[in-house]
Amino acid sequence: MTNVEPLTLVSPNGNGSSMLTQVRRVVICAGTGCMANGAMKVFEQFKREMAGAGLHVLLELRPEAASDEVRLSKSGCQGFCQMGPLVSVLPDGILYTKVRSEDVAEIVHETLVAGQAVERLLYKDPSTRKSCRGITDNPFYSRQNRLVLKECGYLDPEDIHEYILHGGYRAARKAFVEMAPQEICKLILDSGLRGRGGGGFPTGRKWDAARVQNSAKKYVICNGDEGDPGAFMNRSVMEGNPHSVIEGLLIAARAIGANEALVYVRAEYPLAVERMRRAVKDAEREGILGNDVFGTGLSMKCDVMEGAGAFVCGEETAMIASIEGRRGMPTPKPPFPAQSGLWGKPTIINNVETLAHVSRILNVGPEVFRSIGTKDSPGTKTFALTGHVANTGLVEVPFGTPLREIVLNIGGGVTDDAGKIWKTGFKAVQIGGPSGGCLTEEHLELPLAYESLRSVGAMVGSGGLVVMNQGTCMVSIARFFMEFTQRESCGKCVLCREGTKQLLALLDDVIEGRADAGTLELLEKLAHAVQAGSLCGLGKTAPNPVLSTLRYFRKEYEEHIFEKRCRTGRCKALLSPEINPAKCKGCGMCLKTCPTQAITGEKKQPHHIDPELCIKCGACAKACKLHAIEGI
Amino acid sequence: MASAPIAVDRAGKFEKVCGILDRFARRPAGLIPILQAIQHEYQYLPEEVLTYVATSLDVPPARVFGVATFYAHFALEPKGKHVIRICDRTACHVKQSLPVLNALRQKLGTTEKSKTTADMMFTVETVACLGACGLAPVIVIDEQVHGQITPEHAVALVDDIQAQEASLQTAPAVAAEQPLAEECND
Repeated sequence: MTNVEPLTLVSPNGNGSSMLTQVRRVVICAGTGCMANGAMKVFEQFKREMAGAGLHVLLELRPEAASDEVRLSKSGCQGFCQMGPLVSVLPDGILYTKVRSEDVAEIVHETLVAGQAVERLLYKDPSTRKSCRGITDNPFYSRQNRLVLKECGYLDPEDIHEYILHGGYRAARKAFVEMAPQEICKLILDSGLRGRGGGGFPTGRKWDAARVQNSAKKYVICNGDEGDPGAFMNRSVMEGNPHSVIEGLLIAARAIGANEALVYVRAEYPLAVERMRRAVKDAEREGILGNDVFGTGLSMKCDVMEGAGAFVCGEETAMIASIEGRRGMPTPKPPFPAQSGLWGKPTIINNVETLAHVSRILNVGPEVFRSIGTKDSPGTKTFALTGHVANTGLVEVPFGTPLREIVLNIGGGVTDDAGKIWKTGFKAVQIGGPSGGCLTEEHLELPLAYESLRSVGAMVGSGGLVVMNQGTCMVSIARFFMEFTQRESCGKCVLCREGTKQLLALLDDVIEGRADAGTLELLEKLAHAVQAGSLCGLGKTAPNPVLSTLRYFRKEYEEHIFEKRCRTGRCKALLSPEINPAKCKGCGMCLKTCPTQAITGEKKQPHHIDPELCIKCGACAKACKLHAIEGI
Repeated sequence: MASAPIAVDRAGKFEKVCGILDRFARRPAGLIPILQAIQHEYQYLPEEVLTYVATSLDVPPARVFGVATFYAHFALEPKGKHVIRICDRTACHVKQSLPVLNALRQKLGTTEKSKTTADMMFTVETVACLGACGLAPVIVIDEQVHGQITPEHAVALVDDIQAQEASLQTAPAVAAEQPLAEECND
């Protein structure tokens, strides 16, 4: 009977949360980003300095903690990766950015002992130059509505007691002890929760479809194969609040009548795999998973499986094939996995973020969940804001938030390549990764939701938002995505396998100056053919970046084709560097740096570039102090 | 004489594979975790091990090879001592990851086709999103993540590893004679 004490902790009213807010806490972000910047060194230094300053350091949470103790803990990703390592002091509400181990002594003495903020470590808003003391006056955080991510940056992901004390597993207990499967499905349906993985299918309907299947064996799978490049919210949740995922899985399993769950995590996320595995073990130890879940006599088993690096495995049927030990190739639907999935049994597959919403819906009720977001897309969605933007990171906002708010207000504005604010630099936002589309300046007021995005040829996808400035060539971006989907096509459908290859070749023609008047028409025709002739989402959406850039940046394509010119200068084949004889003083700097000896000329006489030999590397333009080399 | 160590090595190789196969109850469904465990042990999937796995699981070798070649994570060729992985996905791409990749390839003489240096010291490969997009562009050297990297910085990191490797080989002699070598290591 190892589960007696923890089960009492999972009480209907979450009795520990008041204690959690009373104790002073130092929380160090231990997400992948902050760890890469040395967060663990900072953590160790805190341990030493706090002990040295005579503070009672509390490394593991105990319900009977004394008020003079200071809890030192790690947290999952706090989402503001670029400013890491992040250290927050609570309940003071101070957030320190870019903390080095050398700064720790000062924080301990100034903040923990004397109660003062260390001014130089506070975040400075790049547009107003004002320091922000904590998350309440920091526009990156204060303009968000963090529900799923809130606990990621607060709870210790490796401490199940902290999750329980914070009200965790209360909803799962309720689902097992007080609710019938049908009730749970109805509740989720009423909440309007839709899949956060891209499709936006109503979660309640998916569950109900599996629930009504007459089968003794059913499975629930958590899709943590976040293959969409540029999106990392699932990683953050798995790293930062793994128990919320397990709780979601428990509720889903109860709703459909499954007793086996599996978390499929991308292999590129070693930390997420490690934390999920640990969370499963801890939950087993506490009797939350096992043969007698919450004393109901029902059993529940959970495994964590590492993916092996295939984008297509994000597709449900391909993921099932991968779990069964085969190549990750999709199969036609119907039958849907809810009817016949893993090992031919009814199976539901839900995204990490979707599952992380579930326990909250049970706790607060569907009305509260629906109270934010739009009518058809209720709740919040996490977007991964990256690219040419001042504040990169995870942004959780209600559905329906305009793009402008995310990019310009929360994101702090568009930047140039050097990272400086570029007021007029906004060009486009790529949303939804390689399956998504572009949004341009005309869409800045567009409320982001499933339907509104579909109407402009884009999609929510998994929520990657890559901001691109005026220096980005949109044809190259389309080629970049096509190269990815071409490589990741599993090869099953001819139009996806061969069509993406031909689309890529056509884009290469545009970029390398071989395209002619017929190329664009052929591109469009083929793109539609690939969409129509592919079985799964990968092929159906692979041409989206091409179609979307053609729709909004057709002029750029035409410049490449008819004027043989790339306005950003990124397409090397279209460059024709020349030396302006009026500016050239014949110093010979360019001649010396040219790796192919394409430059000739007498000393003190204007030099000349041989276009046959030139490889357009741009070394000469960098070397020339007089800016005499033009066209590169 | 020369064949003896190889034979021992081979037996040892299969012994470990057997242990891994047993751990997964020799079920064909566990093929992917089995191959992952084998690759973890050997750094890559040697061909003879793949056929051995097929026989042990009683599945056609084509299925094992099919899976091993389908997933990007499985390597059928040995990798270098130090593995450098460069994220070349969207967020890193728009933040100029390509120049970093080119600088590393130029520095180490690797290409897209031949990813490993002749001395088996370095492997340079690209990887799909590591989820550290906030730090773009990102490279990972031997599991250590380096964010906001420039071509110059990346080359400097390789220089450091090369210097370390060189000092490892000559260290005992050099350290005794030249106290300066220690400072260089810093």
